Amino acid sequence: MIELAGVRKTFGRASRAVVLDQLALAVPAGEFLAVRGESGIGKSTLLNLIAGLERPDAGRVVVDGVSLSELDDDALTRLRRERIGFVFQAFHVLPYLTVAQNVALPLALLGRRDATAHERVVSMLVAVGLRERAASLPRELSGGELQRVAIARALAHRPVIVLADEPTGNLDPRSAAQVIDLLRNAVREAGATAVLVTHSPTAAAAADRVLELTERGLVPA
Amino acid sequence: MSQDVPARASHVGLARATLGGLRTARGAAGRTLLATGAIALGVALGFAVALINHTAVAEFAAGLATLSGDADLTVQGGRTGFAEALYPTLSRDPAIAVASPVLQLDATLPGRDRTLPLVGLDVLRAAAVTPALVGVGEDRFDTLRPDAVFLSAAASAWLGVSRGGTIDVQSGLGLVTLRVAGSVPADPGAVVGVMDIAGLQDAFDRVGRLTRIDLRLRPGFDVAATSARLAGTLPPGIAAVAPAASLESTARLTRAYRVNLDVLALVALFTGALLVYSTQSLAVQRRQAPFALMRSLGLTRGSLVRMIVGEGAVLGIVGSGAGLLAGYAIAAVATRWFGVDLGAGFFRGRVPGVVMDAPAALLFGTAGIVAAMAGSYGPARAAAAMAPAAALKSGVPALSPGTHPALGIAAFALGVALIPLPPVRGLPLFGYASIALLLIGTLQGLPALATLLLGWVPAPRSPPAALALAQLRHTPAQVRLCLAAIVAAVSLMSAMTVMVASFRGSLDTWLGQVLPADLYVRAGGGGDTAFLAPDTRRAIAALEGVERAEFVRATALALEPDAPRVALLARDIDPGAPERRLPLVGAQVAARTGGAPPAWISESVADRRGWRTGQAIILPIEERMIPFTVAGIWRDYARQQGAIVIERTVYAAMTGDARVTDAALWLRAGASRDHVRRAVEALAGADRVELATPGELRELSLRIFDRTFAVTYALEAVAVLIGLSGLSSAFGAQVLARRREFGVLRHLGATKRQIGAMLAVEGLALAALGVLVGMLLGFVIALILVHVVNRQSFHWSMDLIVPFGPLAALAAALVGLATLTAWLAGRRAMTDDAVRAVKDDW
Repeated sequence: MIELAGVRKTFGRASRAVVLDQLALAVPAGEFLAVRGESGIGKSTLLNLIAGLERPDAGRVVVDGVSLSELDDDALTRLRRERIGFVFQAFHVLPYLTVAQNVALPLALLGRRDATAHERVVSMLVAVGLRERAASLPRELSGGELQRVAIARALAHRPVIVLADEPTGNLDPRSAAQVIDLLRNAVREAGATAVLVTHSPTAAAAADRVLELTERGLVPA
Repeated sequence: MSQDVPARASHVGLARATLGGLRTARGAAGRTLLATGAIALGVALGFAVALINHTAVAEFAAGLATLSGDADLTVQGGRTGFAEALYPTLSRDPAIAVASPVLQLDATLPGRDRTLPLVGLDVLRAAAVTPALVGVGEDRFDTLRPDAVFLSAAASAWLGVSRGGTIDVQSGLGLVTLRVAGSVPADPGAVVGVMDIAGLQDAFDRVGRLTRIDLRLRPGFDVAATSARLAGTLPPGIAAVAPAASLESTARLTRAYRVNLDVLALVALFTGALLVYSTQSLAVQRRQAPFALMRSLGLTRGSLVRMIVGEGAVLGIVGSGAGLLAGYAIAAVATRWFGVDLGAGFFRGRVPGVVMDAPAALLFGTAGIVAAMAGSYGPARAAAAMAPAAALKSGVPALSPGTHPALGIAAFALGVALIPLPPVRGLPLFGYASIALLLIGTLQGLPALATLLLGWVPAPRSPPAALALAQLRHTPAQVRLCLAAIVAAVSLMSAMTVMVASFRGSLDTWLGQVLPADLYVRAGGGGDTAFLAPDTRRAIAALEGVERAEFVRATALALEPDAPRVALLARDIDPGAPERRLPLVGAQVAARTGGAPPAWISESVADRRGWRTGQAIILPIEERMIPFTVAGIWRDYARQQGAIVIERTVYAAMTGDARVTDAALWLRAGASRDHVRRAVEALAGADRVELATPGELRELSLRIFDRTFAVTYALEAVAVLIGLSGLSSAFGAQVLARRREFGVLRHLGATKRQIGAMLAVEGLALAALGVLVGMLLGFVIALILVHVVNRQSFHWSMDLIVPFGPLAALAAALVGLATLTAWLAGRRAMTDDAVRAVKDDW
């Protein structure tokens, strides 16, 4: 489902900081993979490379059978829109949309605003336990609730891949445990493949496989 | 951290932060320059007007000191003066030590477009009262000779003639040649000629007439008490006034102009403050993160506010400094080119140097600084209200200024309530206050108005448009931040456009009404010495090709001792159909046979005197109180101080003066206008009369109008630039704060084009909203300008003319420009990788 081979990524113009080098990764379909690592080691970059948000300086990234290097920005965006869902540490729920509108956003970007889409939004809200908060604005929700909105949004358009970047980083342990359970169950029910980047051993423990991103590359944790 | 950092460290930090702010401002050099320029514009305009007025008053005071000398009181009346029999009466008054009779005429000089003030004196009396007007020459008896004239230095320079030369002065249609016998030690700037009073009376058909008697009182007599006592003994229309009253009266002539220009300066300062507001909002938005850090390290809210307002003060100091310099330059150029009355014709013949006015410099300099500081206060408060911990943890939010819809409604309601109130000491202060309150009320109410208007927009199907609309609906306070400058600019611009169109259209219509004849003739170029005698009048009427001729005797009355004179136009007019010659407004009454003769008063006279149609009035003509009936009120754009029309035959019967100054000629069918023109010139002398067709007069009038109002078009363009810049700054600030949002959208599959489209739709919606609200507000302000401010300032009514086509084109252009501006601001703010904004870590 996800394959990275010989990937190198640097940042900066003058002193090219090498963040990832000769990175290889293979994630089969349906796997829930957790990636751990120190701050600044390149975990978020890894997710951005998989999502086509960053382009590698060298190497190959294949997602759902598509080599990303062969796609232009529009094609990458379409791929992301149709096949990938994102969950962020800081939730990034749009403050001016209601809970339901936030969940419906990926469907709207796909041009789906019909009754089926509406039913899908409702079912996702039910799944994350926020059916009653559908008309609420994000500022009326707690951190845990916001992350549940983000999970519903990430899965609303039935992506084949879910990328989660420190989804429990801003939550207390109890909320974090609830969110990670919800994420794992939702991903499994959707039959999606997930890559979870986290510092949290508890969160990582929920994954099928845990890898450690080091300067030497990805190694089993 | 609740305590402030130690004072010294705090000051150092503040200084560095302020410099940092200015560096940020320097980064947005264009915006900062424009904001500073807007402040400078307001300061320059206000200071220039103050300087010009100060110079005018100083110059007039100097001129008055020359003309009135040591006089304690001056007895004066209408433009035609009064019988000299009053002089011996006053001379015998026990309170009066010296009475000096004066005849002053504005002499018409053939071939010149300005008149020369000629003062006739009894040199023996004048030496005791106005010594600066006593001529100095080789032969001291020249001061008594009827053909000798003494010129001031400025008059000699203007006429290019000195002692030994001659000047030709028009008397009727003839010429009087005067010999320049020497000079007068008058104020060097004053343009004046002096001669013996008897010679002047003889030469210009004014035997037995005076225009003034200068009085010096005996020691121990009170000026005010003597003036009051004399008032009871003087003939109607004649008063004894202190020279200082003339100074005040003259200064009052330009007061309405000055106040209007001062208000324009305040408007410029206000828009400058709005521009500082949006520029500072962007600068503050850029520095939210460092501010959050400084706040968490111990900088108090108050210190942060002071720091940002301090930046505004720096902008204000620079803007005010530039404005004061520019104002001085404008005043110098304006007085040189247009005179101290800016071309209004109040102070003729003087080209003074600018007289510095330090209090005005202090006032307008301070106003500029305060405006810039006020413009910075809103962003400063918003920055101080930010929760530093939250900002450091989850990114900086967009500045969200507080909204006070109730305050907005109250301001708007009060503004509406003030509209019908009368002027205060002749000034439309409530009208100005109303405009300010309506503007403030609208700006305060913008969030609620935006919510209301955006709520009516149907949900778009396109995701970018739907997101844009949702964003705008959700952030009405930020909508105000974006729209404040554009709404103010568009409202003021559209108001000025409607007002100018109304004025120009009304003027055009009025010119068509008051110029019904085929050819117009004026003796000389105006002045007191040129006229058409009865035989000339009859000869003109009998010229081949002339079907009908109507004549006007133009003079002026003093209705009040210390008020400017009112024009008296004695003209041929059919009392049964005055509307054929006068643009009457409102009702008219027919003159009763055997009753008081009719008088048609201009709106200015009606407003100032409170006279109404049908009212019996008394006019002081030739030292008699003559009863008239106000038969109608007419619109007059030519004479701001007012005009009264009476029948010429009535005037001639009352005064015995059958001379006229102007003629209107209707030609027979097929008659050549050029032929008649040449015939008049042959009869009167080509350089003794001015001839013009109605088309030429109309073209000249409209050209002068367009030149006068050209500056408003420039100011409108500046206003649009300010509005667009304000929108750009504020929108840029919003976009900057939303970089993470764009990053999230990119993660979710939104293309860059879609985000660009979203910003364009936001810009379009904002621009449309701003232009719509601005135009509506502008229309209301235009109504106030047309029906309240202009009426109360200048006593002119005008028809409301809305130039829909140009306004629609302007609106479309503005929406397009504003959309482009917003989109470009969005693009600039998105140049950093939005993806990384979601998470700065690798």
